[in-house]
Amino acid sequence: MRSPRKANGNGIENHHDEGAATTALLRLGRYLTRAESSADLHSVHLAGGREGDAFYRDRWSHDKVVPSTHGVNCTGSCRWNVYVSDGIITWESQDPDYPSVGPDKPEYEPRGCPRGASFSWYSYSPTRVRFPYARGVLVEMYREALGKYGDPVFAWASVMDDPMKRMAYQRARGKGGLVRVSWDEASEIAAAAHVHAISRYGPDRVAGFSPIPAMSMVSHAIGSRFMALIGAPMLSFYDWYADLPVASPQVFGDQTDVPESADWWDAAYLMMWGSNVPVTRTPDAHWMAEARYRGQKVVVVSPDYADNTKFADEWLAPHPGTDAALAMAMGHVILTEFFAERQVPYFTDYVRRFTDLPFLVTLTERDGAYVPSKFLTAADLGDEGAETQWKTVLVDDRTGEPVVPNGSVGFRWNEHDQGRWNLDLGDVVPRLSLLADPGHEGVEVLLPRFDADGVLRRGVPAVRQGGQLVTTVFDLLMAQYGVRRGELPGRWPSGYDDPAEPCTPAWQEEITSVPAERVGRIAREFAETAEASRGRCMILMGAGTNHWFHSDTIYRSFLALLTMTGCQGRNGGGWAHYVGQEKVRPLTGHQTLAGAMDWMRPARQMIGTAYWYLHTGQWRYDALRNDELASPLAAGKLAGTSAADTLAQSARLGWMPSFPTFDRNPLDLVDEADEAGLDPVRHATEQLREGKLGFAADDPDAPGNWPRVLTVWRSNLLGSSAKGHEYFLRHLLGTDANLRGEEAPPDARPKTVKWHDTAPVGKLDLMLAIDYRMTSTTLFADLVLPAATWYEKHDLSSTDMHPFVHSFNAAVDPPWQTRTDFETFHTIAKRFSELAERHLGVRKDLVATPMTHDTPGETAQPGGVVRDWRDGDVEPISGVTMPKLTVVERDYPAVAAKLATLGPLLEKLGATSKGLTYDVGEEVNWLRAKNGVATTGAAQGQALIDTDIKAADAVLALSGTTNGRLATQGFRELEKRVGTELAHLSAEHEGKKITFADTRSRPAPVITSPEWSGSESGGRRYSAFVINVEHAKPWHTLTGRQHFFVDHDWMHELGEALPVYRPPLGSQHLSGGPGDSAEVTVRYLTPHSKWSIHSTYQDNLHMLTLSRGGQGIWMSPADAEAIGAKDNDWIEAVNRNGVVVARAIVSHRMPTGTVFLYHAQDRAVNVPRSEATGKRGGTHNSLTRLLLKPTHLIGGYAQLSFGFNYLGPTGNQRDEVTVIRRRSQEVRY
Amino acid sequence: MRVMAQLAMVMNLDKCIGCHTCSVTCKQAWTNRTGTEYAWFNNVETRPGQGYPRRYEDQERWKGGWERTSKGRLRLRAGGRLTKLAKLFANPELPEIADYYEPWTYDYATLIEAPLGDDVPTAAPRSAITGEATQPTWGPNWDDDLGGSTEHGVKDPIAEKLRDELGIKIKFEFEQSFMFYLPRICEHCLNPSCVASCPSGAMYKREEDGIVLVDQDQCRGWRMCVTGCPYKKVYFNHKTGKAEKCTFCYPRVEAGQPTVCAETCVGRLRYIGVLLYDADKVTEAASVADEHDLYPAQLDLLLDPHDPAVIRAAEAAGIPHDWLTAARCSPVYQLIHDYRLALPLHPEYRTMPMVWYIPPLSPVVDAVSGSGHDGEHRDNLFGAIDALRIPVEYLAELFTAGDTVPVRQSLRRLAAMRSYMRAVNLGQETDEDIPASVGLTGEQIFAMHRLLALAKYDERY
Repeated sequence: MRSPRKANGNGIENHHDEGAATTALLRLGRYLTRAESSADLHSVHLAGGREGDAFYRDRWSHDKVVPSTHGVNCTGSCRWNVYVSDGIITWESQDPDYPSVGPDKPEYEPRGCPRGASFSWYSYSPTRVRFPYARGVLVEMYREALGKYGDPVFAWASVMDDPMKRMAYQRARGKGGLVRVSWDEASEIAAAAHVHAISRYGPDRVAGFSPIPAMSMVSHAIGSRFMALIGAPMLSFYDWYADLPVASPQVFGDQTDVPESADWWDAAYLMMWGSNVPVTRTPDAHWMAEARYRGQKVVVVSPDYADNTKFADEWLAPHPGTDAALAMAMGHVILTEFFAERQVPYFTDYVRRFTDLPFLVTLTERDGAYVPSKFLTAADLGDEGAETQWKTVLVDDRTGEPVVPNGSVGFRWNEHDQGRWNLDLGDVVPRLSLLADPGHEGVEVLLPRFDADGVLRRGVPAVRQGGQLVTTVFDLLMAQYGVRRGELPGRWPSGYDDPAEPCTPAWQEEITSVPAERVGRIAREFAETAEASRGRCMILMGAGTNHWFHSDTIYRSFLALLTMTGCQGRNGGGWAHYVGQEKVRPLTGHQTLAGAMDWMRPARQMIGTAYWYLHTGQWRYDALRNDELASPLAAGKLAGTSAADTLAQSARLGWMPSFPTFDRNPLDLVDEADEAGLDPVRHATEQLREGKLGFAADDPDAPGNWPRVLTVWRSNLLGSSAKGHEYFLRHLLGTDANLRGEEAPPDARPKTVKWHDTAPVGKLDLMLAIDYRMTSTTLFADLVLPAATWYEKHDLSSTDMHPFVHSFNAAVDPPWQTRTDFETFHTIAKRFSELAERHLGVRKDLVATPMTHDTPGETAQPGGVVRDWRDGDVEPISGVTMPKLTVVERDYPAVAAKLATLGPLLEKLGATSKGLTYDVGEEVNWLRAKNGVATTGAAQGQALIDTDIKAADAVLALSGTTNGRLATQGFRELEKRVGTELAHLSAEHEGKKITFADTRSRPAPVITSPEWSGSESGGRRYSAFVINVEHAKPWHTLTGRQHFFVDHDWMHELGEALPVYRPPLGSQHLSGGPGDSAEVTVRYLTPHSKWSIHSTYQDNLHMLTLSRGGQGIWMSPADAEAIGAKDNDWIEAVNRNGVVVARAIVSHRMPTGTVFLYHAQDRAVNVPRSEATGKRGGTHNSLTRLLLKPTHLIGGYAQLSFGFNYLGPTGNQRDEVTVIRRRSQEVRY
Repeated sequence: MRVMAQLAMVMNLDKCIGCHTCSVTCKQAWTNRTGTEYAWFNNVETRPGQGYPRRYEDQERWKGGWERTSKGRLRLRAGGRLTKLAKLFANPELPEIADYYEPWTYDYATLIEAPLGDDVPTAAPRSAITGEATQPTWGPNWDDDLGGSTEHGVKDPIAEKLRDELGIKIKFEFEQSFMFYLPRICEHCLNPSCVASCPSGAMYKREEDGIVLVDQDQCRGWRMCVTGCPYKKVYFNHKTGKAEKCTFCYPRVEAGQPTVCAETCVGRLRYIGVLLYDADKVTEAASVADEHDLYPAQLDLLLDPHDPAVIRAAEAAGIPHDWLTAARCSPVYQLIHDYRLALPLHPEYRTMPMVWYIPPLSPVVDAVSGSGHDGEHRDNLFGAIDALRIPVEYLAELFTAGDTVPVRQSLRRLAAMRSYMRAVNLGQETDEDIPASVGLTGEQIFAMHRLLALAKYDERY
C-alpha cells in the first residue's frame, strides 16, 4: 500500500456549537476528562488514549503466516495465507502473490470467496472429528469375536457370517452411538474387513471413492494407490457428479478442456448460459465484470434472476431445461444468414478444416425416403490399406473426387501411417455441400423431433459414392436446423416466424418463452462479433444446463454455435465449461501414482453412476423403458430394454467397466485355470461363452456380487453427490430411509438382469469414512477416522481456472489424534499387509477392463455397429468384442512397501497419458537421489515416496506440465505421429522442473505440454484446442475433427446423431400425504449454493449466519401463496424418492413453477423430523434418483470409448418434480 | 486553510458480485469473539432491501447523523448533549438485538456424541446469547439476493421514500427484477456524529489519517455513538460493555498494508488512497442549506494535491512528504474528483462520509433492447441509462440526496467507456465523439479503463 507507516499522534475531534447550555457543559467537561480542548471548543486534542487501542494491535499480532489452499472441488484453487498465533490457527486471508498475466490485463489476485475465508472456523469447531470413532454396536461384537477367535480376520468374518449381528449394526447406521476407539483398533478393523472381503468375494468387491484429484492430488493418490495395489476399483466422480459434459467426448474426444478465466478477458462476446459465475466461480467473476469495460457484451441465459444477471446487458429466461431449443434457433439464424444467404470466409474455412461438416455420410432408405446412417470410410471405397474402416472420406471441391484426408483415427495407431495423423489437407479443399456437385440429386431425409410427435422430412443433396448414396454432414446439419436451400425437397419453415417447424425463433418461443425477435438479434450479434473478432465469442456454461438427463444434447447445441462460427481453439473464444475441478495439470504423474501404474497394470476403474445405480437398488424402482427415450426413427435395437439391460450389455461388450465383474472371485478364477493348467484368459473366455461364468451386472443382487467394503475420503458421498440418497440408506447400508416409491412392476423390469423377489437390504460389510468434520457420510459410516485439514498437511492443487500449480502446507501439525490422508492410508496398509501374510499371501487376479480411449483399443469395433457375442453376432474375444482380460499378480503382504515406493514398471514401460508414453528414466533416478531409496523388503532399491512432500515431488517430476524435459520429449514423440512441428511449444521451458518447494514459494505457472490441448507458450493465456487449430494436430475423434455428427448405432437409436432439442423428462410424482394443506407441484432444481461448496461450509457457522441458518427452498411468491406459506415458514417437499423439510425463501426473482433447494445442505444441521414419515427430513438428494442414458454407455468406438471420468453415464438430477406443502410450524428434532 | 490528510475508500459497485468475502475475512480477523458475534464491521447488503441493522437508513426512527437548524447550524439529530445526558440510561433510539439479529449457533457436539437412538442426529439451533433453543428469524444478511423480497424488500426505506415522495413504485415482480450489492464499513467521516455524540470523549478521529476510533480504555458504554452514527457502524460489545467499530485496520495500515476488506475483495472493487482536505471548511460544507448541494460541497472540501499552494500549506501543517506523494497518485482522488465516478453514501446525513461509491451500471441495455434496439450502440447509450432496471432515482437517494444529475453523469461515463473500448477490442477505429459526449478525452477513457478494469494491486491501494 502506498500510504506510508503512520506515526502515532493526537486525535482531533470537531465539536459543533449547539447552544449556550451545551457550551457551558462542555466548558465544565473540560475539567472532567484528560482531553485538551481548543479555546473555541471546536476540536479536542486527546492526549494519550492510544493505549486503549492496543487491543486491536494485540489482536492482529501473529507468529507466522503459511500459504495453503482449500481442497473442495470448487475450481478455485485459491492461494490463502493462514495466520498462526501461539500455535493456533487464527484466520486466513488471500495471498495476492500471483505471477502477473501481463501488463494489459487484470490479475488473478486476490482469489478467494467467503466460504474459503471461513475455513479456519472448522479447525477448532465442535463438529471437528478429533479421534477415531466406530459404531458401538459393531465394536462390541468385534471385540467379543476377537476374544473368541484371536485373529482379526476370523473375528470380522464371524460377525459378518451372523445375519442377526449384521443386521443389528447395519440398522444402527446413522443413528448415533459412535464410540471412541484407538487408531490401532480402528486400522485393524479396517484392514480385517478388507482382507476378509478380498479373500471371500474378491478384490473387486472392495471400492474406494474419493473425487477430484486436482483439489488435493497427493491425498487422492495415496488412497487410490492403495486400492489399485489391492485390486479394488476406484469409482469415477466426474460423470457421477453429472459434471462431465458428455458432449465433450462426443464432439471433441476430450474429457473437458477449457480456457483459464483470464481468457474471458480476451472474449469480445460472452454468454453465461446456466453458469451463475459470481456464486459458483467467485474468484474468477471479476474477469467478467472487468472485460465489460473493454467493450465485451454480456448475455445471461438463466431461468431465474440469478446473481450474474446483474452484470448482463441482456437476460434471457427460458423455462428450465429448454435451453437447447433456444440454441437450436440461434443456430438456425446463424446457418441461414452466415452460411446460406452469404458465406463468411473465416467461418467456411474453419469448418472445412476443423470439423466433420465436409465428411460424407451414407443414406439408408426408409419409408420412401432416407435416414442418415454412417460415415463413409475408405473401406467403402475399396481401399485396402491399414485401418480403412477408420478413415473417413470427403470430396475435394477442386476435383469433385472423394479423398481420404489425413487425421482420422485410422491414421493414429498403425505403424504404416506414422506421421499422417494430422489435419494437413495439402491442396485439398473440402466440399461442404454437395449442392456444388452438378450431379447431385435432392433426396428427402427423415429426421427425428422430440418436441412433438412425428418426424421431419427435409431434403439434402446426395450423390453416389462407392455404391452408396451419400451426403455431407453439413447438408444434414442444414436440414436438421431447417435451413432451406435451393429447390431441395421436403417440408421447411416458411420463415423465422413459423412456429410449427423446428428450429425457427418462433418455434423456440413456444417452448422456451424467450421472444423470437431477441433470439434472432442475439444470434446475429454473436456471429457478427465472431466474424469481426475471428472467433472471440465465448459461451460460459455450467451446471444449470449440464445436470440434465439430456444435457449432452443441450451442450451439443451450444458447441454447434461456437464451432460453426470458428470460436474453438481461439483465445477469447469457445466453450468454457466449468463444473467440477477436474483439471489435474500435472496429469501423467498423478495418474501414475494414483493407479499404482509403477507397480502393476491395469488398475480397476469403475463408472460411478452405474455402480450406485445397481448397488443401491435404484434399478429395481426404475420403470423407464428405453423405448420411451428412443427416436421415432429407431431401428428397435433397444426395444423393450431398461437401463439395467443396457448396462449389462455395455459391460459384456467391453464398452464400459463393470465391477464387481464376474459372479465369481477373480482370484479364484485364476486358481481354477492354474489348477486345470489353462491360460486364465482363455479359461474365462470359454466359461463366458459357455455360460458357466456370468457377469455380476447380470445379477447384481446376488450376495456374492455385492460390494462389501467402501472407503470414502475427501468426500461427503451421502450428503452431497448421492442421487437417490434414500435408496443408498435402505439398500446399500440397510438402515431406515424415507423412500416412498414402489418397485417397477413386472412388465417394466429388465429383460436380461436377474430379479430377486426380495431386494437386498444392507450390502456393505464396512463403510469407512475419513473426514475432519461430521457429515451425512460420517454419521452413517461404521468407522470414522479423523483427518487433518487443509491447513495441516502438504499437498498440491490445480484447476481449469488458472494456469498455476500450488501447494497446501501445514500451518500447524495435525491436532488431537488427527492424521493426514497420506498417513492414514499408510497406517491401514501396514496393518493390511500384516494380516495378509496369513490370510492372502501372493495371489493372481483376473482384471477385466474395457476398450479404452486414447489406446489402440478404441478401434476395436468398426462402424459403431453393435455386435453381441452372447447373441452369436461375433466370437467373444478378449479386448475386441468383450472386455480385455489381464492377469495381475498381487503380492498382498507387500502392499505397504509398494505404497511407499515407486515401482520398476516406470523404467520399463514409461508413463503414459492420453495415448502418449514418456520415457521417465531420468526422472526416476532424480527421485531416487532426492527422496532416497528403500533399503529392505519387497521394494528394495526403489525410490521412496513415503512422505506427502516426496509423493508431491514425484507427481511434479513425472508430468510434462511441471517438467519441461518431459513436455518437450512428449512433443517430439507426438511429432513423429503427427508429422508437424510441436516441440517448440515447450522448448522455452525444457530445463524447467517445478518442485514442491517451488509451489510453496508462489503459485507456479505450468508448461505447455501434450497432456493438454492449449498453449501457454510465451506467456499467452490458456485456451483449449489452440494446438489443434494452430498446429494441425487432430482432435482425438473418429474423423480427427470436431464432430457435429455421431454415427454409433445407439446414437441413431436415440435420434441424437445430430444436435437436437430434447425436452426435459416429465417425471411422475407422488402426491398426497398427511394434512389438508394446499399443495403445489413444481420443478425441483438443486443449483450450487452461494453459502457452501457442495456440502463443505454449509455447516460452517459463518455461512449459516450469512444465509438462513439451514436448508431453504427458494420459491416464487405465487407458489408460496398457493400453499399459504410466508417467507421462512417450514415447508415439506415430498415425492416418491423421499422427503425434505426446509424453510421457504420467498422471492420474486424465482419463476413460478420452479423451486431451488441449494445443493448439498446436508441433514446434519437444523433438519427437523418430517410430518410425512416422522423421520429426519432428508438432503437435497432425498428427492432425486438415478436415470441412466444408454448413449453414455457406448464404448469401443473412437471417441466413444471408455476413459476414467472421461465417459460414462451421468448421475444427473435435474429432471425431477416434487410436491410442496406448508407443514406445521412446530418442529421436532 | 488547514490541510489535513484522510484515508478514504472507493468501492466500485458496478463490479461487486455480492460474495461477502470482505465480511467474512473482516469478521474472522476482528469480531469472531464473545460480545461481538452480531457485529459485522463490514457487511454487504442486497438492495433493494432493509440493510443491517434493519432499516438503519430510517433516521426518523433512529435519529442518526446531523440536522440543520433553522439558523443554519448543525445539531445532532438525536439531540444535543443535554438531551443525551437526560437519557443516558434509557436511550430509545438504540437498535435492539432483534434489529441486528440474535446470533445463534448449533448443538454441533451431538453429531459425535449422540447415543444410539432411532434417527439421524442433527445439530439444532441455539441462541449464542442465551444458550436457549431458538429458530433463526432474521440475520445480518437475511434478504440476500432478494430473499423474502415481497415481505421484506418492500420495507426498504429508500423504496418507501421513492413511493411516498416521488410516486415511483419499485415492482417486486419477476420480469422487473433488479438488485445490486452495497458493501459497507465505517465511513470515517470528516464530520463524525458518533464522535460528537460521545459523552466520555472516548471517540476520536486520528489526526494523521482521519481514522475514527473508540478508545477502549475511555469508553464507558453509554452507546450514544451507536445512536449518533446514521450508518449504524458503531457496535456495542455486550461482554466488555464498550463500543467497537471498524478501525480501518489501523494495525495493518500502519504497516503499509491495505485493510483486510479491501485486500481480500475478490471483485477487486475497493480502492484506498489519501485525500487532502481543508479542515476549516468542514462545518460550513456540512451545513449547506440545500441537500443537493452537499455532494458538491463535500467535493469542494477536497484539496488539489498538485496545487503548489496546497502542498506548501500541507507541509506547513506537518503532513509528511510521502503522504503528499500518495495524495498525488491517489486512486480515490481520481475516481472522486477527476472522473466524478464515485459518490458519497447518504450525504444528507451531513457527516461528510469518506467511503465513496461508483454506482452500478448494469444491466444497462436490457430495457432498451427489449424494444428491439442495440442498447450498446452509442446512439442508444444514454437513453439506456434512463431505462436502467435500477431506477436512477434509487441510486440518487443513496448517493446524492436525491439529485439524479451526478448519478447520471457517473453512469454515462461508465457506459461511454464500454462503448469506446468496444472498438478497441475489435481492432476498429475509435469514435472520439463518445468521450467528448461525456466531457472526457479518449486518453482519459484509457486511464479510467486502466484504473477500473486492469485495477492492478499497486494502483488500487
